[in-house]
Amino acid sequence: MDFDLSEDQQLLKDTLVRFFKDHYSFAQRSKAMVLPGGWSPDIWQHLAELGFTGLLAPEAEGGFNGGQVEAMVAMEAIGEALLVEPLFSSALLCGFLLRQCPPSALVSATQTAMVSGKAQLALAHMESAAPFDAAYVTTTAKSVNGQVLLEGEKTLVLNGDSATHIIVSARHDGTPRGHQGIGLYLVAADAAGLHRRGFATQDGQRAAELSLHRTPAHVLDEAGYATLCKTLDFGMACICMEAVGAMSTLQAMTVDYLKVRKQFGVPIGAFQVLQHRAVDMLVALEQARSQALLAMFAIDDADAARRHRTMAAAKVQVGRSAKFVGEEAIQLHGGIGMTMEYAAGHYFKRLKMIDVQWGDADHHLVELAKGPSILEDEAMS
Amino acid sequence: MDLHLDPQQRAFRDEVRQFFKDNLPDRVRQKVIKGGYPERSDMIDWTRVMYAKGWATPQWPKAHGGTGWSPVELTIFDDETQAAGAPQMLPFGVNMLAPVLYTFGSPEQQRRHLPRIARLDDWWCQGFSEPGAGSDLASLKTTARLEGDHYIVNGQKTWTTMAQYANWIFCLVRTDPDSLKPGGKRQEGISFILIDMQTKGITVRPIQTIDGGVEVNEVFFDDVLVPAENLVGKLNKGWDYAKFLLGNERNGIARVGATKEKLRRIRALAQVSQIGAPPMSENRRFMERLTEAEIDLKALEITQWRVLARATASHGKPDPASSILKIKGSQLQQTATDLAVGLAGPYAAVGQSDPAGDNLAPIGPEWAATSAPVYFNYRKVSIYGGSNEIQRNIIAKAILGF
Repeated sequence: MDFDLSEDQQLLKDTLVRFFKDHYSFAQRSKAMVLPGGWSPDIWQHLAELGFTGLLAPEAEGGFNGGQVEAMVAMEAIGEALLVEPLFSSALLCGFLLRQCPPSALVSATQTAMVSGKAQLALAHMESAAPFDAAYVTTTAKSVNGQVLLEGEKTLVLNGDSATHIIVSARHDGTPRGHQGIGLYLVAADAAGLHRRGFATQDGQRAAELSLHRTPAHVLDEAGYATLCKTLDFGMACICMEAVGAMSTLQAMTVDYLKVRKQFGVPIGAFQVLQHRAVDMLVALEQARSQALLAMFAIDDADAARRHRTMAAAKVQVGRSAKFVGEEAIQLHGGIGMTMEYAAGHYFKRLKMIDVQWGDADHHLVELAKGPSILEDEAMS
Repeated sequence: MDLHLDPQQRAFRDEVRQFFKDNLPDRVRQKVIKGGYPERSDMIDWTRVMYAKGWATPQWPKAHGGTGWSPVELTIFDDETQAAGAPQMLPFGVNMLAPVLYTFGSPEQQRRHLPRIARLDDWWCQGFSEPGAGSDLASLKTTARLEGDHYIVNGQKTWTTMAQYANWIFCLVRTDPDSLKPGGKRQEGISFILIDMQTKGITVRPIQTIDGGVEVNEVFFDDVLVPAENLVGKLNKGWDYAKFLLGNERNGIARVGATKEKLRRIRALAQVSQIGAPPMSENRRFMERLTEAEIDLKALEITQWRVLARATASHGKPDPASSILKIKGSQLQQTATDLAVGLAGPYAAVGQSDPAGDNLAPIGPEWAATSAPVYFNYRKVSIYGGSNEIQRNIIAKAILGF
């Protein structure tokens, strides 16, 4: 058991944290969000130059070859900074997916483009009829004259509006909830028959509704269900860690505010009723951090069902903690916490949206309650 | 970074697990699992088994009979002890008094008391709290006045756990009465003293708690003569030793192993039909509450390892983060006992049979009768050892500075 980062991992963390400190203040972030597209291409380019767009890509494609600890470090920093640029979506989520695909020229080329920052990737999987079922895929992939054509609708595609390439789950065989016959395909943003309806999310990120009609695509992973499940689990672990970063910043911000805000002639942090609420925020944060760590380290668990239970447990804990820390932070700040010009509310919004992303705490709790018990999942020990 | 136990730690865990499996009498295990204190004779017998194995005082320095285990191994040992339903060594001597003695006590005190603590030849209890000094311990009023070569002790202690079995008590006493006067420093007039319970003038009165049991007592001191050599360390420095003692009381504070065992048992019992009623696993709300507790517990287990890693890095200095373990750990212990009541359903209501001690079959499931008493009893865990409100004050002081 060891909770320390290696020297390289610490360096990675320091680099990212320093970059956000120097280039990603709350004011700079606010400016980026009102640009066309909702984020800053300059920041993106800068992140690419520092190598973060290739965080999980193999060295052969110019990447950093990172694993779960690197992902953890990056996601925590992303949470602390409330990053709106599509680093998670492209470098982490899709970067991870590409590592799981069978090796091919297409996978390598996609990784190279991703590492350079020229390509931004997005994952289009969710369908509105069963948003949290990895096997629910009604979008079809048909081979016509040697060309794969996709047909269907995808919903809530994170960064789907601006991505240059979209990885789409589509069915070439089987029934809508069957595990067999799901492939993963690469679609260029300018492909024929692809219609994207972009929108801003409540927490300042971007997403899109996609419709595909006879849209040409290239196959990344023909039997892609295992890759898809593992990628979605990885995504859950990532946003749990992002929430931990956001929570810890918000918690610290709240504690600082309690020290400086004066009422009745004293700092309001002198009042025991507020002290104890601040402490309960810390307890909630530490419990969430523990579950997020468990999730990140379970990502290579060979037992996929057990792996998913670990992710779901993290999502329950993080969802509960995120809501609690967010709501308490606003209450302890009082009126200032309600304003758009103050950062606390933005952290709160992101935290609440992380809860609803990929199934909220209630959803995963209901699933986990069906058993078996996570206490028997001793993969960690 | 790696969350796995290393092979050596895993082997250690398996060794401890196997030892309990081979040596713990089932009768004792059942008693511990049902939430009660084992009988005095059971405690002594089990302590002797552990002593023979060399595991009765694992956290002591090797020179005094400790094992030399690392903090991680000590925590594994505690969790496995709890999960096995094995009685933990009586904490008052082993965990509380002994570190004070081997750190601040005279060679004579160490020689006289430590071996008897290790074998449970002496049963120690703790005389800290008083009727007017609970969370505000430094306001304690029991006095010790030096006359010749004896202290004369007068006053009252309360919430004295297991005093009815004890033959020795370690007490905080006021040795400088001026320290309680306005402007005096209350913490600086307190001393730490060892008192033989057989001394004339000591009266123990049991306190029945809301579960119906008796584990705490009032202890009255009426002109009790205590040899002056029973003073530990320096006169009027007792508060420092008490703080040291409470800082040491962190091992197994989260009680992860004990709660894990409880939740496992509840889940197993929920799967089977109890006296004809449908299994509790069909009650979705109940299963969700149980699952929530399991999730929280699993997080607490990792939180515990993280706090431990920090403690190792800071060479064991008291860490306010351990207050997180106390708060969350006590909440989860209480949740587990509440779930057990839910599992028992209407049969949680069954109390003492009339007449007592008959040989009839139990009313309702056999395990149900202890569920409510344990639930009532476990309200104590967020009160003792520094109430959860005091724990929050400790963390608040650390993060806010107020």
